[in-house]
Amino acid sequence: MSARAYLRCLLGILVREALRFLHQRERFFGALVRPLVWLFIFAAGFRSILGVSIIPPYETYILYEEYIVPGLVAMILLFSGMQSSLSMVYDREMGSMRLLMISPFPRWYLLFCKLIAGALVAILQVYLFLAIAWFWEVRPPPIGYLLALPALLLASLMLGALGLFLSSVIRQLENFAGIMNFVIFPMFFASSALYPLWRIRDSSLLLYEICRFNPFTWAVELIRFALYARVDWLSLAGVALALAVFLGAALLGYDPGRGMLKRRPGG
Amino acid sequence: MSEPDAPALDVSGVSFAYPRRPVLDDISFQVPAGVFCVLLGVNGAGKTTLFSLITRLFLCRAGCIRILGQDLARDGHRALADLGVVFQQLTLDLDLSLRQNLLYHCALHGLDPGTMGPRIREALAGAGLAERAGDKVRQLSGGQRRRLELARALLHGPRLLLADEPTVGLDVRSRQAIIEQVRETCRLQGVGVLWATHLVDEVRPEDSVLLLHRGRLLYRGTARGMLEAAGAENVREAFARLTGEREAA
Repeated sequence: MSARAYLRCLLGILVREALRFLHQRERFFGALVRPLVWLFIFAAGFRSILGVSIIPPYETYILYEEYIVPGLVAMILLFSGMQSSLSMVYDREMGSMRLLMISPFPRWYLLFCKLIAGALVAILQVYLFLAIAWFWEVRPPPIGYLLALPALLLASLMLGALGLFLSSVIRQLENFAGIMNFVIFPMFFASSALYPLWRIRDSSLLLYEICRFNPFTWAVELIRFALYARVDWLSLAGVALALAVFLGAALLGYDPGRGMLKRRPGG
Repeated sequence: MSEPDAPALDVSGVSFAYPRRPVLDDISFQVPAGVFCVLLGVNGAGKTTLFSLITRLFLCRAGCIRILGQDLARDGHRALADLGVVFQQLTLDLDLSLRQNLLYHCALHGLDPGTMGPRIREALAGAGLAERAGDKVRQLSGGQRRRLELARALLHGPRLLLADEPTVGLDVRSRQAIIEQVRETCRLQGVGVLWATHLVDEVRPEDSVLLLHRGRLLYRGTARGMLEAAGAENVREAFARLTGEREAA
């Protein structure tokens, strides 16, 4: 296969995901409601209780709304990653996943194309959210919107790869809801998305350590620093490492000699 | 590169088991180019598992599968390029149009959508769906969806076609139309066809037949030869005698 053929394959998968997204506009806008509720209601209510001291990358005191926006951005990526893996479980149950798997391209490449397609849809949602947040007086420096793009892409790929791995080990759609509860909520709440980690350290050292090594925390901090035109190298390394691990696990899960063998026998 | 004189499909000594459940036991057969080969077996015989091995959805650990001479285990990606598949389960995207589904298939085979336009129109016309190109697949009947799947499976010019019970659930007229279309493709284009079914009335005397039962190949040869071997007057009777069952429809 030539490089051009690989590109055509990627474009074909991107177009298909874009068309599906156009057919599911409710899902796209529905995914925005969740972070907006947190921003408009939760943040307003907790502004006075959850004060934030000056912590990097901020150089002055900030409102709580400003603090949680990177966390809510990561939340969009997390839910989007899980949503696209849910659609892969659906595709597998409905049979259309087979079409992808019997393509003459390497399986890792096909799965990576799916990941890229999911990430692009998620990033579109993020920028729409950031535009709304701008009107809510959450205004990072203009260059931050541009510099956040690679951080968003990396974080989105990492969370998408996690979803991909989960979709490879889940047999049926019904089981997916349970896994979502065991993955999404612990990941989100045990992170720096809603509160700085020093506040958690004051309450529980163990929980603090758990939060510190939560890949979602790395994603949140990577995005937070990037939005303010800075790089958090530790988080960058953490997200890159987590991406490699989750992607490796997903590829193993979709390997015909391993994960695929566990499928239900047919006729 | 595929070997021009190699059989379209060569399955040699293939065995497979799910955890604690053997499914296929030492299966060997060939499907030459331009031959319509019926894989006959009741539900649970192992047909779909065999298809999953040939399409590389499952890894073949015991035995060897070659498509046009290319070893699936060693050169799987190239081997799959010569393969067209119609799965038992519908694999079309219902919310996309007929044309979009075919374009997606082209992309998955690395084909240029710009130059595939005439071929897509031709494929849709051949399936009697030219007027419906822009409609969503959801709006098609069961028979039309199957015809579209068949057109899609042949779009990239494969030399081996696998069809896993593609006529199940269709009325007699739709079934006949589809099977005739495949026979014609096999004859005119020299495509080797492996057609899995449990419906004995889809077998013709001149067809090549593989009788799969409980994971074992009980007969391999022509349908006419199967009647002689079983001392039967028709395929249904031959099937019953050779398998000891009367489940085939």
